[in-house]
Amino acid sequence: MNTNNNTYTVVYASVMVVIVAFLLAFVSSALKPTQEQNVALDKKKQILAALNIRNLDNADSIEARYNAVVQADQVVSADGTIVKDGASKENDGFRVANKDITADCLPVYVCEVDGETKYVVPMTGRGLWGGLWGYMAVNADLQTIYGAYISHESETAGLGALIAEESFQQKFCGKHLFADTDSTQVALTVVKNGKVELGKENWQVDGITGATLTSVGVANMVTQGLQQYMGYFQSVK
Amino acid sequence: MEHLFSLFVRSIFVDNMIFAFFLGMCSYLAVSKTVKTALGLGVAVTFVLMITVPVDYLLQTRVLGPDCLVEGVDLSFLSFILFIAVIAGIVQLVEMIVERFSPSLYAALGIFLPLIAVNCAIMGASLFMQQRIGMEPGSSQFIGNVGDALVYALGSGIGWLLAIVALAAIREKMAYTDVPKPLQGLGITFITVGLMAMAFMCFSGLNI
Amino acid sequence: MSLFSKENREALIGPLHLNNPVTVQVLGICSALAVTSQLEPAIVMGLSVTVITAFANVIISLLRKTVPNRIRIIVQLVVVATLVTLVSQVLKAYAYDVSVQLSVYVGLIITNCILMGRLEAFAMMNGPWESFLDGVGSGLGYAWVLVAVGFVRELLGSGTLLGLRVIPESIYAENGGFYVNNGMMTMPAMALILCGCLIWASRALTKEQK
Repeated sequence: MNTNNNTYTVVYASVMVVIVAFLLAFVSSALKPTQEQNVALDKKKQILAALNIRNLDNADSIEARYNAVVQADQVVSADGTIVKDGASKENDGFRVANKDITADCLPVYVCEVDGETKYVVPMTGRGLWGGLWGYMAVNADLQTIYGAYISHESETAGLGALIAEESFQQKFCGKHLFADTDSTQVALTVVKNGKVELGKENWQVDGITGATLTSVGVANMVTQGLQQYMGYFQSVK
Repeated sequence: MEHLFSLFVRSIFVDNMIFAFFLGMCSYLAVSKTVKTALGLGVAVTFVLMITVPVDYLLQTRVLGPDCLVEGVDLSFLSFILFIAVIAGIVQLVEMIVERFSPSLYAALGIFLPLIAVNCAIMGASLFMQQRIGMEPGSSQFIGNVGDALVYALGSGIGWLLAIVALAAIREKMAYTDVPKPLQGLGITFITVGLMAMAFMCFSGLNI
Repeated sequence: MSLFSKENREALIGPLHLNNPVTVQVLGICSALAVTSQLEPAIVMGLSVTVITAFANVIISLLRKTVPNRIRIIVQLVVVATLVTLVSQVLKAYAYDVSVQLSVYVGLIITNCILMGRLEAFAMMNGPWESFLDGVGSGLGYAWVLVAVGFVRELLGSGTLLGLRVIPESIYAENGGFYVNNGMMTMPAMALILCGCLIWASRALTKEQK
């Protein structure tokens, strides 16, 4: 057979394209639910980590804990009005991707741990090399931090990447949001390693040595991220 | 304007294709023996990047993304195949056009053009572009329109060009040094590139 | 002809050492370096490339008599791109964490020169079984270099292997010991230097054998 004539080449190419397109479409639609589930599971794991529920590794235990702990995934706006009540736990605030967070669309996860209400809010920011994101869990008094989860795209391993370690995130636990109880200006911040000022230990978190720019990124992310929710916190109070 | 500028500078120095992502290494090591050929390949890569990245950007946002062609259909699983087809096609097209209209440029670039179709830097730039569309608009790496894509391509290309010309210049000098036998050629080139990459790391502090 | 004749064994074993695609032929380094800051992504990447090379070789070898010569390269690219898409979809579904770490480098397997090189130089001229062995051999030759570099970088850079702690916490400086992780190891630059040293060692050894 002459494999070099034009008709043959064109037919060959078309048949190949059709086969490949069908194969890929089939596989992709078959695997899509599992992939989406993975993404959702990862997000739930991060939210739970902010509530100091870590080291869950199988999918069922993550689902179960998420459903037990999270009461609602609300969407609120900057002035504190609740846009969506999030009764379904994963169809409202949970569906908001980090890059779609705006003043009118702020997700809040209302959670209950050991009978106490906690509010988990997402934060995004920029580190030295790339994006940072995380979740901050605030106690029902809306004054103190219950827990934090922070992750990053590509901070320097061994230095900036330490922000993703539990030992760093633990430093946020019990810190105060504000310098004094009447304030509405978030004071919680991260300072250069070893530069926590006397008398300000309540709202200054010790940064990471050798990763000043990453620490500054985390500080901005935390301060600005929480500030957006002031209206909501005021209205809940 | 400010965004374009920081995107441009970042893609040359901070997100350098060679030193930060090791893309296009194969031809980088193979064609960096003399400055002249290195320059030729660098220009050819920049040229092809500047066409393929914007084209792939349009494909990604107009055809492949979720809800682009038909409501509710996400064709992004076809992106690998389409991107590589676009790259192979454009390389072929560029080769023909250059041959027809500028024989002298063809003579200079000619042998490098087919090599470029399988240069990871080209494919890599398209894949990074795809990733960056999803970033938040405030980020200096964000690509939000064809102009951004073009500037990103130009910056990455120039970064690659800079890297290959620099290495070629070092290798020309290195021909006169006394390197241990088994380390000669490839081994020492790798270590040189490693040291260059370390030098480039100082740009990471650039806050732009 | 037996399944493991001398030529076939050569096709399988050769690329592991004497004809290693990374250290000797200098192919496919692009992605070899970026994914090796930890052991796990390095292993997954190595395996993915092995699987893709093997199957792309088999498919092209089966098709080799029917492929029109003019669109030969395009056909090869399409086969490779299809396999890579499949692998990337499977990784996203069943190994989500690793697929996030590998990010764009899975897609870049398409432009890995090892693949195109083996397809063009071997699969277009040999039967499916030989091509399969050649693909597995080349893939593994690539994989062991990745794993070796990943092993050293993770061990010295973060004191862990596959995420498990190897160097005990107690000897670290912050716990009163003397040891500090070598942060340099996790930087991209060190991958290049380690790879250079690996080539050095490999060439020095090869020469001794001769």
